[in-house]
Amino acid sequence: MNIMNTAHVRHGSNIGQNLTRREGALKVTGAARYAADHHPAGMLYAVLAVSAVARGRVTALDVAAAKAHPGVVDVMTPQNAPKLAHHPDEKTNPFAFRLDILQDAQVRYANQPIAVVIGESLEAATEGAVLLAPAYQAEDVVVRFEDGEHFVPAAVGVGAPAEEGHGDVEAGLRNAAQRVDVTYDTPAHYHNALEPHAIVAEWQGERLIIDTPSQGMAIAQGRLAGLFGIAPEDIYIRSPYLGGGFGGKGLIAGPQVLGIMAAKLVGKPVKLVMRREQLYGPIGHRGVTRQHMRLGADTEGGLTAIDHHILTATSRFDDFFEPSAGVTHTLYATPALLTRYEGMRFDTGTPLFVRAPGEASGSVALEGAIDELAEACGMDPLAFRLKNYAETEPLTGKPFTSKALRACYAQGAARFGWAKRPLAARMMTDAQGLLTGWGVGTATFPAHMFQASARAEIRSDGSGVVEIGAHDMGQGAWTALAQIAADGLSLDMDKLTFRIGTSDLPDAGIAGGSAHTATAGSAIHNATGAAIAALADIAMRDETSPLFGAGNAGVVSRDGHLYRRDDESRGESYATILSRAGLDSVEGRGEGAADQAVTENYAGHAHGAVFAEVKVDPELGQVRVTRLVGAFAAGRVINPRMVESQYLGGMIWGVSFALHEEAIMDRRTGRPVNGNLADYHVPVNADIPSVEAILIDEQDSLINALGIKGVGEIGITGTAGAIVNAIWHATGIRVRSMPVTLDKLLF
Amino acid sequence: MNQFEYELAPNVENAVASGRSNGAVFLAGGTNLIDLMKGNLVRPTRLVDINRLPGLDRIEFLPDGGVRIGALVRNSDLAHDPKFARDFPAVAEALLSGASPQLRNAATVAGNVMQRTRCPYFYDAASACNKREPGAGCEARGGHSRLQAILGWSAHCIATHPSDFSVPLVAFDAVVEIDGPQGRRDVALEDFYLLPGNTPERETILAPGELIVAIRLPAQAALFAGHARYLKIRDRTSYAFAVVSAAAGLRIEGDRIVEARLALGGVALKPWRARAAEACLMGRRAGREEFAEASMLALQEARPSGENEFKIELARRLVVRAFERTAIDNTARLSPLPASIVNLTEEIQR
Ligand SMILES: Cc1cc2nc3c(=O)[nH]c(=O)nc-3n(C[C@H](O)[C@H](O)[C@H](O)COP(=O)(O)OP(=O)(O)OC[C@H]3O[C@@H](n4cnc5c(N)ncnc54)[C@H](O)[C@@H]3O)c2cc1C
Ligand code: SF4
Repeated sequence: MNIMNTAHVRHGSNIGQNLTRREGALKVTGAARYAADHHPAGMLYAVLAVSAVARGRVTALDVAAAKAHPGVVDVMTPQNAPKLAHHPDEKTNPFAFRLDILQDAQVRYANQPIAVVIGESLEAATEGAVLLAPAYQAEDVVVRFEDGEHFVPAAVGVGAPAEEGHGDVEAGLRNAAQRVDVTYDTPAHYHNALEPHAIVAEWQGERLIIDTPSQGMAIAQGRLAGLFGIAPEDIYIRSPYLGGGFGGKGLIAGPQVLGIMAAKLVGKPVKLVMRREQLYGPIGHRGVTRQHMRLGADTEGGLTAIDHHILTATSRFDDFFEPSAGVTHTLYATPALLTRYEGMRFDTGTPLFVRAPGEASGSVALEGAIDELAEACGMDPLAFRLKNYAETEPLTGKPFTSKALRACYAQGAARFGWAKRPLAARMMTDAQGLLTGWGVGTATFPAHMFQASARAEIRSDGSGVVEIGAHDMGQGAWTALAQIAADGLSLDMDKLTFRIGTSDLPDAGIAGGSAHTATAGSAIHNATGAAIAALADIAMRDETSPLFGAGNAGVVSRDGHLYRRDDESRGESYATILSRAGLDSVEGRGEGAADQAVTENYAGHAHGAVFAEVKVDPELGQVRVTRLVGAFAAGRVINPRMVESQYLGGMIWGVSFALHEEAIMDRRTGRPVNGNLADYHVPVNADIPSVEAILIDEQDSLINALGIKGVGEIGITGTAGAIVNAIWHATGIRVRSMPVTLDKLLF
Repeated sequence: MNQFEYELAPNVENAVASGRSNGAVFLAGGTNLIDLMKGNLVRPTRLVDINRLPGLDRIEFLPDGGVRIGALVRNSDLAHDPKFARDFPAVAEALLSGASPQLRNAATVAGNVMQRTRCPYFYDAASACNKREPGAGCEARGGHSRLQAILGWSAHCIATHPSDFSVPLVAFDAVVEIDGPQGRRDVALEDFYLLPGNTPERETILAPGELIVAIRLPAQAALFAGHARYLKIRDRTSYAFAVVSAAAGLRIEGDRIVEARLALGGVALKPWRARAAEACLMGRRAGREEFAEASMLALQEARPSGENEFKIELARRLVVRAFERTAIDNTARLSPLPASIVNLTEEIQR
């Protein structure tokens, strides 16, 4: 693959262009059809009935009353639910999380589906669900760290060790000139994508057709194939547009499977759309953490040790421990490093991936604690971070594939005006009498790659086709991946037919872990390279072609033509080559995956620096983030507009993390108290007066052929820490429990 | 949502007659009622749509300087009426600090006054709530109670009334005009709301079938036009209910206060008029010390109903701030972020 790419150079002009979203007009005019916009003929409506208790059993359901309601067609309960080939609790692979799909009467968390009512109208099914009037046998619940046993988990995240480190942390702390020993709390966050989980499912015999938002169609196919005992190829998923994913649509959730089961039960197409309140349970959430940070520094401000201890909660029935230690593994150079976890079991749904899982929660604690240590050392927090800059990855000692973090600090600081920051807290007051503070946080996220395949085709009319089952969650895959594809074929965008978003296309891997552009992009790069190579091969063998015998000198492709590399006056168009050969088209296939030699020997991460200004009312405690400047380096930028949007969106979620967002569960019942968008606060426009992202140039020749890292999640890291640190700088108060609501600042 | 009958009332008489029947409710903008129906929290058997009632969508400026606001006037229309905003700036400010532009366009003034509490347990059909089901118990007690009442609550209910609009209305002696089976009557808004006591299910003095037809502000209210403010503390800059809020008005002659008004929002199941605080400012200077004294009096009877003790101190500080702003500001011009403590938008624009 690599040889081919060096032999044949492609010149394109799409990558790097600031294109707007290609599907934008469809979206703003309502022509883009999301999953729930589909209405196959004869479709019925399915509505979930969910549990009011968080632990126990359903003892009665008035199915007769529901069925008697006009328009109700059927009620699916554990008694009549279609039999499954796999028990939903079977752990068939590390990404198979346990689902609640009416396997029994047990209740494991509030809002767990306990029945599905199918009706001719949404209204009828909704009322039917009410008429079920469930009775329960409820048991005591645990939803707080105070109320249960702690244990050491076998692994955290997906298979990461629960304890890692090097050096003697206790000695490092003992010998430190300055120490901090503090605990940061981060709450649970629940997915609130604009588009809730939705599915339209239709069985055609043993074949299953579904419209559902997915960040991982092939994984969903595999999971569904296992559950329903059919072949993955017999499952056709359409997921061209998602109204937000953020990790919540990475794995198919129980309610989506229930929609498919309902369709099977009634033998008709069925639509199931989750209600906003129902999202607070079965679809994964960001786990709650309590992070105990112990850090030491010598007299020069050099770190002597970091001990990052994380207590986090998973569900009572499955394991996912929010992997908050990742940031500590990668950010600051220290002779002694220890990260360890303890877990607890709560009566909630299983926590899962939410934008920057682990990094987001860990970042607040690490950035807060680093700031506290800088203060203890009497150092400027940015100078302190530079003093402890990691030249190699702290946990592993590996060199970075690239790391332009110094440039991020420098350019971000310059843009923000950091140099004028007074060292001490509570030194700045504005004209309105508001306390003003400035804070910084370092952003980081690993440059993952998964596995993807793509198919490319060059046609005899000179046009190209690229196909890959990629996912556009709104981040811009339709546009950015098409830019890579067009460049790969050396064609203008309008000469390219680009297909993504259905499961019959080559598997693009999961659109998660900020890895999609890198992984799917690499597959496209290789597939288009293979197509060009195949075309070049045809030409070079053809005695009548000006490219005949180009051989080792190779050819280059540009603007729908191939040219001899050593003599660019000799070339011809794709169309000419194919028609002379009597071919309709030529095809190339390619894979995208991390280069094992690189991952073994190098650490790959994106980095950034976020600067925040806050204003705090000294009497009333109200906090406003008045300015945010983030500078990020994440390898090659395919489309600056899309990348900037990812950074801005991430930073805004950082504001949410610092000031607003918190899922509150009633400690007595385990029921969500604020499970709706009026009470579950996220920032509104008025909370974000000024936010700016700077794209820092970073060339990475190791990470992958395109030099792409990920940009989807990094923006949320660093930001919350910067805000919390700015609040301290404004007020002199360290608030260590997120979100920082005004009652925590009434001093 | 249960099945219900729907009726478009052609006139007040018919509306009142239909509204009397068991299980009937009036439908105005629907921004609160429909949500409650979807949540299965209220299950009316008949919706009496009052949106077409003739004549109820007018703002009438009365010859004496007061104003009569028809029940169906939309929140936005009232707030953006230039004369209304000039004469009653605190009321306009309160309206614009509530909900979102879309909601304010749909919401009526009577619906706003009549909106139900935002107690999270009231909104959760699976929780016990004396308001929804008398005698069921109050799950908010001992639960998550950060935003619950600090004044006037009872063992049976600790909720607050969420309306912003009603707070300055109570401060400035608004009167509710009611039409009903027994004919017309006027009730001061302050007396219109009921404290929970042991009947939290009874929220207002309205009898079945009684309809709000208008809300009146007396001429005296306009005397505060130069010194009236509504300040609202909330957990985000916009689109959030009040943690606590205050409507304040001052009439100042020379360097003396000749009359003061104060009502607090987010503290009780009705807007809380603080008469003792008002009285203590009479004849005094408009200074921080005086306002601090008033703030102590205003919260004299306050006590936490749960994990909300901070609201007492916060409310005191807000009272001081509200009076300070009221004393300085000529508020005839509405700020871009109405009722905000901090006006960032203005600052950024500057
Ligand atoms: C997300 C959200 C945020 C909000 N934020 C705020 C906020 O910050 N501040 C705030 O103050 N409000 C807020 N609101 C509430 C909003 O102001 C009310 O929903 C609105 O004012 C209700 O008016 P409506 O005309 O839609 O009433 P409807 O929903 O139609 O009716 C509400 C109630 O009033 C009764 N009713 C209506 N008209 C009459 C009448 N003429 N006579 C007798 N009874 C009548 C109805 O029967 C019903 O019980 C918010 C609402 C939402 C949904
Ligand atoms: S506080 Fe009032 S509204 Fe809330 S649950 Fe208790 S009784 Fe119901």
